[in-house]
Amino acid sequence: MRGDHLGVGIVSYGVYIPRYRIKVDEIARVWGEVEDVARSLNVYEKAVPDLDEDTATIAVEAARNAISRADLDPRRIGAIYTGSESHPYAVKPTGTIVGEAIGCSHSHTVADMEFACKAGTAAIQACLGLVRSGMIDLGLAIGADVSQGAPGDALEYTAAAGGAAYVVGSKDLIAEIEGTYSFTTDTPDFWRREGMPYPEHGGRFTGEPAYFKHVTSAAKGLMEILGRGPEDYDYAVFHQPNGKFPVRVAAKLGFKKEQIAPGLVVPLIGNTYSGSTLIGLAATLDQAKPGESIFVTSFGSGAGSDAFSIRVTERIDDIRDRAPSVRDYIAIAEYIDYARYAKHKGKLRL
Amino acid sequence: MIGTHCKSCGEYYFPPRTLCPNCRRTGQMEEHKFRGTGTVITYTTIYSATEDFERLTPYNLAIIQLDEGPKLTGQVVCSPENMKIGMRVRPVFRILGKEGERGIIYYGTKFAPAEDAP
Ligand SMILES: [Zn+2]
Repeated sequence: MRGDHLGVGIVSYGVYIPRYRIKVDEIARVWGEVEDVARSLNVYEKAVPDLDEDTATIAVEAARNAISRADLDPRRIGAIYTGSESHPYAVKPTGTIVGEAIGCSHSHTVADMEFACKAGTAAIQACLGLVRSGMIDLGLAIGADVSQGAPGDALEYTAAAGGAAYVVGSKDLIAEIEGTYSFTTDTPDFWRREGMPYPEHGGRFTGEPAYFKHVTSAAKGLMEILGRGPEDYDYAVFHQPNGKFPVRVAAKLGFKKEQIAPGLVVPLIGNTYSGSTLIGLAATLDQAKPGESIFVTSFGSGAGSDAFSIRVTERIDDIRDRAPSVRDYIAIAEYIDYARYAKHKGKLRL
Repeated sequence: MIGTHCKSCGEYYFPPRTLCPNCRRTGQMEEHKFRGTGTVITYTTIYSATEDFERLTPYNLAIIQLDEGPKLTGQVVCSPENMKIGMRVRPVFRILGKEGERGIIYYGTKFAPAEDAP
């Protein structure tokens, strides 16, 4: 998939990160890990949902922040796509709960998206198509997760909770999406079978054929279409399964550390899966100036990547401060120990 | 949070009423969307609960007066030692309950301390 000169883009955005945090050192202590796991992953803390929070509640809070940031009438929304790998129901879309909670009219279409960590960017692409074709006025694309790693599994150090919501439209844009490009293959690097509580993965050797191959292919594909290079962008955001991969893939593609710094939030909140790239983009929009441009590439195991080229408009300064920023959420952390964490995750079977 | 407002006497109702008890037949009711902000009038902390809610204990149940006037009972999500009579609260969207492992999940409004807002 590819698209350029779209003339559509982001009308508003909102995020939500649960207030509880556990330190990676605390998890490592419980499992008797002697290695400095936090440092080797470049993830020091991760966000943990409250006992009564799930993907639907996180999606609703993020969507409410997006609606209030631009003071939008939710009845204008014609489509809600929620990307997650932890939808509360196997059958009953999370988007139905979101639509009702934010006060949408009932004449909108809803579907849930699944593509590991990139379901949220797939939701944005679906909205871009519907807005550009004139079938809807506004589309709401959400990426949210309350991710689980099996106790003691390497994923437990990074699997976190959070989400972001983007309103896509054609007028009053805070950022134009200049182009998008996707790269997808059949790669079994990470999966979860129906009915199983925790995902399985191919281990630490799946980085190259999965994350790096797909992110670089999508990123290069888009830059080729647009005739641009890393130097043409002020910022870049790459999917953040840990704090090492996005830094490495940025360097590989020729982006500088300063370009990814504003959006690199995984060291403080963990991997929020479908929320990851979108929260990183939000943290970048939180500080980008009019006229600046942002390069974004997500990654979802299975596997695929969606790349976006985004240019910020003057309107960003009018609405940015009307909803909490990513840093606002990061700042209100309340720390819990492993025992409390286990209770929060309902982690009783070992 | 949707309730009603009587245009004749100005009273707000939550949960919504179709007839204004002040004005009876002369009342003019309209739908009203509450901001969800309010003040804790009184509260209790539940330390032991039925099976469905045991996992949530300890949790705080409070009578909250919404800024528009009506009082309602709601859960305040914070640790019991941070609860205070007179504290300001804001609405949060949470799971209210589940019908066991297989049933419906109920969602709706709970409250959080206003000072915890990001
Ligand atoms: Zn009345």
